[in-house]
Amino acid sequence: MREVDPRSRYSRRFVLKAAAVSVPVAAVAGTAISEAWAEGGALQPATLKTLVKAARDIYPHDFLADTYYIAAVTPWNEKAAADPAVKALLEDGVKRLDAAAQAAHGKPYAQVAWEADRVVLLRGIEDTPFFRKLRGDLVVALYNQKELWPKFGYEGASAEKGGYIHRGFDDIDWLPKA
Amino acid sequence: MAQFDQNDDGVVVIIGSGAGGGTLGNELAQKGVKVVILEAGPRNEIQDFVNDEWESFAQLAWTDMRVASGSWRVAKDFPNLPAWIVKSVGGSTVHWAGASLRFDEHEFKVASAYGGIKGANLLDWPITKADLDPWYAKAEDKMGVTRTNGIPGLPGNNNEKVMEAGARKLGYKDFSTGRMAINSQPRDDRGSCQQIGFCFQGCKSGAKWSTLYTEIPKGEATGNLEVRPNSHVARIEHDAGGKVTGVVYFDEAGKTQRQKARVVAVAGNSIESPRLLLNSASNLFPDGLANSSGQVGKNYMRHVTGSVYAAFDKSVHMYRGTTMAGIVRDEARNDPARGFVGGYEMETISLGLPFMAAFLNPGAWGRPFTAAMENYPRMAGMWLVGEDMPQETNRITLDKEGKDKFGLPVANVHYDDHPNDVAMRTHAYKQGTALYEAVGAIQTYPTTPYPSTHNLGTNRMSEKPRDGVVNAFGQAHDIKNLFVSDGSQFTTSAACNPTLTIVALAIRQADHIAGRMSRREI
Ligand SMILES: Cc1cc2nc3c(=O)[nH]c(=O)nc-3n(C[C@H](O)[C@H](O)[C@H](O)COP(=O)(O)OP(=O)(O)OC[C@H]3O[C@@H](n4cnc5c(N)ncnc54)[C@H](O)[C@@H]3O)c2cc1C
Ligand code: SF4
Repeated sequence: MREVDPRSRYSRRFVLKAAAVSVPVAAVAGTAISEAWAEGGALQPATLKTLVKAARDIYPHDFLADTYYIAAVTPWNEKAAADPAVKALLEDGVKRLDAAAQAAHGKPYAQVAWEADRVVLLRGIEDTPFFRKLRGDLVVALYNQKELWPKFGYEGASAEKGGYIHRGFDDIDWLPKA
Repeated sequence: MAQFDQNDDGVVVIIGSGAGGGTLGNELAQKGVKVVILEAGPRNEIQDFVNDEWESFAQLAWTDMRVASGSWRVAKDFPNLPAWIVKSVGGSTVHWAGASLRFDEHEFKVASAYGGIKGANLLDWPITKADLDPWYAKAEDKMGVTRTNGIPGLPGNNNEKVMEAGARKLGYKDFSTGRMAINSQPRDDRGSCQQIGFCFQGCKSGAKWSTLYTEIPKGEATGNLEVRPNSHVARIEHDAGGKVTGVVYFDEAGKTQRQKARVVAVAGNSIESPRLLLNSASNLFPDGLANSSGQVGKNYMRHVTGSVYAAFDKSVHMYRGTTMAGIVRDEARNDPARGFVGGYEMETISLGLPFMAAFLNPGAWGRPFTAAMENYPRMAGMWLVGEDMPQETNRITLDKEGKDKFGLPVANVHYDDHPNDVAMRTHAYKQGTALYEAVGAIQTYPTTPYPSTHNLGTNRMSEKPRDGVVNAFGQAHDIKNLFVSDGSQFTTSAACNPTLTIVALAIRQADHIAGRMSRREI
């Protein structure tokens, strides 16, 4: 069977550009991500960083670098700039999440060490408009990034490649013989 | 291409250009009848289609406001998206997957076959299988359905091969790559399937039948058919004698226009068609047009649906190739010993990664969900589609608050599962799971119904005017020059996918309308 190469065929720079964030190329190429992406938007830098942490906790994929979660979260900057209600929803939501984290662990959400503990905090707000907004937007903003599709074995558009008629539509080879 | 005057009261006006409307328009045009099709959506052609689920959805889907209510889970997960329908020339035949099966004989007379089912508003169709068979044959020929007319079946893709292997292990007998309105070889000036795998996003090779590039251009070529895109019909008008005289619609600029008509045929799909009749209420018809029975909007059916995805330890890549060319029919029979009446089909389905994330388990998050998503390349999938019970309380009404951009009340879509529906779905999940486990599935995911793709029954056919909205030819019981030409005519839903039946009914209806026009009866 023809397997899908999980290595992204797109440069990370492209991803972040698509998300309208300017990031030094060096930071993208390396493992450490510059904090620059979180600056200069409608939302507080700390809010954005907390949202990235929460995004990973909501849809945790250990093989995905933070850049994908950053790309999923940064559109909220523009939405918050355009709509004060969105800004308030996100800022207040993060504030309340941090307050809950302080009460339970004596530190803000992003610093709670274990995912399992953070997930308990998220379960506590699962039915709030804030969480529903996070999850509802993220399920599109994360999984609709073309650059991460190969990592999930999905190949995306195929018409311009002539479909799969000569590219493995029927190449399964492990089924029991009829 | 024809262009008809808005004051030309000799034309047949058809509302909607999908399976019903597009077919009726071409059939009438071929017979020399002048036709204007008013289509709310824009005209996107093959070259405009995109192999990208969300982008394509934004391009093609009906996203105008609707409201869902009732105990079905769709109302909670997608409160403003009860149905997945296209708003574009070609209607939902742009999105559809091509599965084209005939009803079984008993499915035209389920009230007799099933007896009284509590809470179900069952009724026999006013036509039989024998009445429709010749028209089914014409529809299969028109649409190029595989395994009919000597057309070979499609080759099986990976997803189909998994389903077929499981079906064999389970002892099923009736399975294949299905009867599909998808060219397995060049036919009707269209090429053969390239196994692109985006059947739901518009077929970029044109191998799949859609009124967009078959019926509509053929009709236009006669000089008798004009299609006006971006034309949203607001209401149907009538004279003092109760005959319809034309329609009022909004053009692309939002300006009100009026088209006169000799005959009006409604084919806006089963949510918009009753909405339009209800929005056309007048002094003479205070409950809406064609509604003396009170049945307009009632008996909304959407099939008992659900999916089973299964993860294996090796790759499947289910998204490669045709989306639905794999059908197991063993459970389609009526066998009340299973604990429910009616039957269901098992059909292959695949979603791309973005839609899988949205629809596998709407609202789910955390590790169990992401573990499932990480199984994506090793997943196979089937869609379960079976007969649901018509219920008077499952219905389309005009929403009390919601208005569209033209200020027209939007549709409220209310649905509660009938106990028979629940029993059937439970059985189908069990069988689907067993099928995949028989070939080594390590995880199975019984997946909740998607927003409705099969919308049926809201202007149903009946022999007696008091039981339904239209007669055996889709003609309104109350108004002789008003017809319903889409899936809302269905008296009951049957197990199989509806479009072949919609097309067969439209061909038959065209014959009837043209005959009555030439005899000056309408
Ligand atoms: C993803 C998907 C897959 C499917 N797969 C299959 C399959 O494999 N087999 C099968 O049999 N069926 C399938 N279907 C269902 C099939 O597409 C429908 O049954 C069929 O197209 C319905 O035909 P229709 O004429 O009732 O309405 P449609 O084809 O939906 O056409 C209705 C048209 O009317 C227009 N309209 C509505 N209101 C107005 C108005 N007021 N003014 C002007 N225009 C209006 C709409 O914009 C639309 O273009 C599928 C559907 C979807 C969404
Ligand atoms: S798989 Fe075949 S039918 Fe489906 S979109 Fe591709 S070419 Fe068309």
